[in-house]
Amino acid sequence: MAGDEVLLDLDAAFRDSQVGEVLAKLDRELIGLAPVKARIREIADLLLIDKLRAQVGLNTEPPPLHMSFTGPPGTGKTTVASRMAEILHRLGYIRKGHLVTATRDDLVGQYIGHTAPKTKEVLKRAMGGVLLIDEAYYLYKPENERDYGAEAIEILLQVMENQRADLVVIFAGYKDRMETFFASNPGLRSRVAIHVDFPDYSAGELLEIALLMLERLNYAFTPGARAAFAEYIDLRLNQPQFANARSIRNALDRARLRQATRLFARGGMVSADQLKLLEADDIRKSRVFAAVRG
Amino acid sequence: MRITQGTFSYLPDLTDEQIGAQIQYALDNGWAISLERTDDPHPRNAYWEMVGLPFFDLHDAAAVLGEVRAARTAHPDEYIKLNAYDARLGRQTTALSFIIGRPANEPGFVLDRTDESDRVIRYTLRRAAAR
Repeated sequence: MAGDEVLLDLDAAFRDSQVGEVLAKLDRELIGLAPVKARIREIADLLLIDKLRAQVGLNTEPPPLHMSFTGPPGTGKTTVASRMAEILHRLGYIRKGHLVTATRDDLVGQYIGHTAPKTKEVLKRAMGGVLLIDEAYYLYKPENERDYGAEAIEILLQVMENQRADLVVIFAGYKDRMETFFASNPGLRSRVAIHVDFPDYSAGELLEIALLMLERLNYAFTPGARAAFAEYIDLRLNQPQFANARSIRNALDRARLRQATRLFARGGMVSADQLKLLEADDIRKSRVFAAVRG
Repeated sequence: MRITQGTFSYLPDLTDEQIGAQIQYALDNGWAISLERTDDPHPRNAYWEMVGLPFFDLHDAAAVLGEVRAARTAHPDEYIKLNAYDARLGRQTTALSFIIGRPANEPGFVLDRTDESDRVIRYTLRRAAAR
């Protein structure tokens, strides 16, 4: 019985697709986000199996690939989307593998007849790749029935349905608002099959992210600065408008600014180490600490 | 009379699949693609009308192919050609141009013969009226 069966080497198929490389890169580049990474891996597995099934003649409908990424800002949705594009490209589900990011402004026009060409323009640019629609819920404004957002959604739907081989659409945004968005657009909900939820980062993960960012920028913390930054994160987490990794990035940029000011104020000669190191003082001058002191 | 001109004038009309491959070649080279149409395919008529704006920032042929099909349905009785423009310094010219749509009934041209003084005969190629 088993003799005339065709056997496929799963591991070889995985290696050939070079998806492992992308997944490893994802692991390296993004701290934490364990549930997201697990989900991406699952999706990659499914797509690979589907491809193998097609190879042995078990024809299936191409899997629905449109996704929704939900989560707070600054949790890596865009980065994961661009990795996803790479994975889909390597598995042969899209032809080019580039990522086009769009928001309401790029899709919706300002007067009658302006929306359709605008949306189509963006869709054309995204053909062969992935279209990421950030804060997708702004497309639909239920309080204004004359809003042109509905028109953009209609065109999107049409392309999502008819040109599934040409592009993959990813909707991104806050979780609760995305849910209302999907609830009020049942056509969209039924066409978006894959939902990935991005959790908030923990304080420890944020510190790791900060260290990774500094390394890429060729900066480093002194031990004092590192402790100060850990404190900074704890304080900042409880303040409004915290945008995870993006806030961390901004905090680091401001620390770099203060370091430059400090070095200039001191004047004289400066060593390579001094140019590289951020000191505790550069962190502690932040207004986040000022709020605690005052 | 089947009128031919442009890059693949010696070949039969390309299929959509072949057109797609040509478009992809142009996009991969970074050439900007545009569509033009006319009802007067006279070889001396260099001024065809644009079908929409040229396409920039595209990566995939499917996007242009959609426009090609749309142009054919919008202008079934005209000649439509696709141009790919190479903007590189030193070239800056149309790199690829071929007809992608033609009317079902092509009237072709009429040759006019005019007698002039001293038994000179002049010939003119004139568009035949579509019937």
